[in-house]
Amino acid sequence: MTNLVDIPKVNAKNMTEKEFFYGHKACAGCGGSVAVRLALKVLGERTYTALPAGCMSAVGFIYPQMAFNTNAIITTFPGAASMASGIAAGAKALGQKDVKTVVFAGDGGTADIGFQALSGMIDRNDDVLYICYDNEAYMNTGIQKSGLTPYGTKTTTTPAGKNIPGTVTHKKNLFEIIAAHDIAYAATASIGYPQDFLNKVNKAKHTKGATFIHVYASCPTGWGTPTETSIEIAKDAVDCGLIFLAEFEDGEYKLNRNPKEFASVKDYLKKQGRFKHMTDEDIQCVIENRDRKWARMRKQWL
Amino acid sequence: MNRPKHTEFTFPTHIDDYPTGPQYKAGYLPETNAGWRTFRPVVDHDACVYCLRCYLLCPDGTIIKDSGQIKIDMDYCKGCGVCAHECPKDAIEMVKEQL
Repeated sequence: MTNLVDIPKVNAKNMTEKEFFYGHKACAGCGGSVAVRLALKVLGERTYTALPAGCMSAVGFIYPQMAFNTNAIITTFPGAASMASGIAAGAKALGQKDVKTVVFAGDGGTADIGFQALSGMIDRNDDVLYICYDNEAYMNTGIQKSGLTPYGTKTTTTPAGKNIPGTVTHKKNLFEIIAAHDIAYAATASIGYPQDFLNKVNKAKHTKGATFIHVYASCPTGWGTPTETSIEIAKDAVDCGLIFLAEFEDGEYKLNRNPKEFASVKDYLKKQGRFKHMTDEDIQCVIENRDRKWARMRKQWL
Repeated sequence: MNRPKHTEFTFPTHIDDYPTGPQYKAGYLPETNAGWRTFRPVVDHDACVYCLRCYLLCPDGTIIKDSGQIKIDMDYCKGCGVCAHECPKDAIEMVKEQL
């Protein structure tokens, strides 16, 4: 593990002026494109980018438009991590030193469809940074439920009605599952805390071996929020405790943000169209699940 | 070149002009996104303290650092309003586009 003090910090003032994800066709206010854009600005020009099917590949590669200014390729849906492994192996065989391979996959492409390849990639400890931008459903194909869709979300495959409050399962514990592989570095982040996200990408860039970042990215189209509140809503999710900021390195968990009091979950949920139908009992269920998770995290990680 | 510029797409006329596969050169932008916009960000440079929060959070990266001032690339701004909403000094105002 590289000593953190030696890594030059990246912030808005000193980051590169170059844009590596520019002129794309993502919806106005897209949170995923903030995550991709910032990560590429930290990683720099000498980056191989692999994207499975998902929003970011759909909006970046509309022939002949090419929004990525780094080497970029669309992979098969389940094989993003495998292809990135191959790219990393190829770069190593060619003797390329200062390069990084990065994957930008959505939550469906990570937690459901691409999970097997991701698990293999971490197991082989290939020099790949895997970034999962989590907008909590399959947004590109029209808002279907994924493994990371939280309880109570209205999607097209889990519609809300009199009997069922939309999605009835809770979010998969993806971060813990990844950490259980004994990965070199894993972290969760949110685009609502951009400096924290930049630091984590920077740390992953300077870590040899497989690294993973789970970044919470809002989606105005799928969530039913105004476009200008994209960043605010991603910050609110962290403040109300439904999303946590943590790191895993050297076999140890670290909770980056451990607030004494959480902001109101109800306010966060009621800002979004996808949670509008939720009753007070449904919200209570969300809060109970959050408290259970935080109690466990505080007991085991602190 | 920090940002790719809009380039007009010309249809291949000769067999040599065709790409060898389904790929294209990086940063090739045959279209602008300006037509998506309903509201246009207008910067009040006197109120702006150059904190660069808008630069950091613009989903399209259209905010340009220009010798101590911010400029906006209107070819690719989609008018989402994130910059105006996140500005701590309210130095950016969203104005309705007039045809």
